[in-house]
Amino acid sequence: MSVVSDIAVSEPGNRRWAPGNLFWATLSFAGGIGLWWLATVAGFSELPTPWSVLTRMIELGIDGQLWLDMYASLRRVLIGFALGSILAVPVGFLMGWYNIARALIDPWIQFFRVIPPLAIIPLAIVTMGIDETPKIFVIFLAAFLSAVVSTYQGVISVDKTYINAARVLGASDGTIFARVIIPASTPFILVGFRIGLGSAWATVVAAELIAAQSGLGFRMQQAQLYYDLPTIFVSLVAIGILGLIMDRVVVRVEERLTHWQERV
Amino acid sequence: MAEAKISFRNVAKVFGAGTNAFTAIQNLTFDIEDGEIVTVVGPSGCGKSTAMNMVAGLMSQSSGEVLVDGKPVSRPGPDRGVIFQQYALFPWMTVRENVEFGLKLQKLGKVERRQRAMHYLGLVGLADFADSYPKTLSGGMKQRCAIARAYAVNPTVLLMDEPFGALDALTRVKLQNQLLETWSKDKRTVMFITHDVDEAVYIAHRVIVLAANPGRLQEIIDVDLPFPRDDEVRLSPEFAEIRNRVWRAVYHRDTEAA
Repeated sequence: MSVVSDIAVSEPGNRRWAPGNLFWATLSFAGGIGLWWLATVAGFSELPTPWSVLTRMIELGIDGQLWLDMYASLRRVLIGFALGSILAVPVGFLMGWYNIARALIDPWIQFFRVIPPLAIIPLAIVTMGIDETPKIFVIFLAAFLSAVVSTYQGVISVDKTYINAARVLGASDGTIFARVIIPASTPFILVGFRIGLGSAWATVVAAELIAAQSGLGFRMQQAQLYYDLPTIFVSLVAIGILGLIMDRVVVRVEERLTHWQERV
Repeated sequence: MAEAKISFRNVAKVFGAGTNAFTAIQNLTFDIEDGEIVTVVGPSGCGKSTAMNMVAGLMSQSSGEVLVDGKPVSRPGPDRGVIFQQYALFPWMTVRENVEFGLKLQKLGKVERRQRAMHYLGLVGLADFADSYPKTLSGGMKQRCAIARAYAVNPTVLLMDEPFGALDALTRVKLQNQLLETWSKDKRTVMFITHDVDEAVYIAHRVIVLAANPGRLQEIIDVDLPFPRDDEVRLSPEFAEIRNRVWRAVYHRDTEAA
């Protein structure tokens, strides 16, 4: 057999951060904090100094308050997000696979999608009480709506050629679903999870501002009453860091599960 | 009379209905014999891919009969392997997993699956890439993998829909030679769709020329060239003569004065 010698295409470029980028990012952050410090020292604003925010963060950390608030917020997000995603995947698959399911469910999703999840809070509090349930419900809704749309998009955009290729090799509908539709739509589903987690996080903080007895949003709201700017800053920084960490985790999972994808 | 491997009997295909109806194929009748390589050429819109999809069982005819081994085609099956122009390798599986996919569906054991996959990957020169993902392969390698995947389930018929259409001219010639070599070791019936007249003549026992609008049979041309085929055959005056005949048939210049 003559071995045809057209050469394999090289590995696609590594899109991870190069050490150089890390250097610039660090420099950028340091510069930003430097400007902040200058602004407070020069008396341009009433912002707390970076130093006082750091001190407060350490105080709240030692005190345990910061960890309890982070735990309360994270717990709501993760429960709501998990429930929303777990429901979104089968519903999205149903909508993509069966036209009748799409016709029945899609109008509802389109309707609820245009209502900001926060607008549901008054109703949720009245009907579900003031404990954890209404907050988790609202986060569930936010995560569900993001994930269901992208799962459904993923299923309907599976290349028909893959389905035909599986069919001519003798695959049944069930096999096509499990071995073709699910893997082919995984990249879409994960994008939906990423968006869903982002909107869940945004929603939890806002929900805590409105009605909660714990959590980072609640702490900021309390601090606002006492004109406690350092605590507000500590909460904001904690929200930012936690959000960033969650996003990175989803991106890592995405890279793991869809490493086979051709990336441009 | 020996039974033909593939038979088209007065086949028609109409898409849509009423005033929007579009006749893709009309009154198509021809046979392909067992172990024969037949190429189907014609301008776009002549229904050549539609005809192939009907043999594959991916599309049904509006009237007439499409028979494989004398039996009407009703659905896809592993007795007919299909190779698509867009390769259609599953990108989430490695090269070997792609080839094993059809074998798994036949409930073959792990060891035998692996052996068969490696055998066919060796046949197309991809053994070293068994554990690579398709994204790391060139177009030509992807198509060779698709050929191995189709061969592995041991179909008696190979249906190829412009398989080399997306490849550059050099790779194309290499793959044509490789296809013939693989075929000579492991003879299957091949129905090969192409729009490249040279390719149609080079690999075929017979060339079926279709005309367009509506798709119908124009001419069937025997290719009386010896096997194995090589560059010498490709450059021979006999090859040129047949190619010119096919060319004229495709472009309707057979009867008019040039």
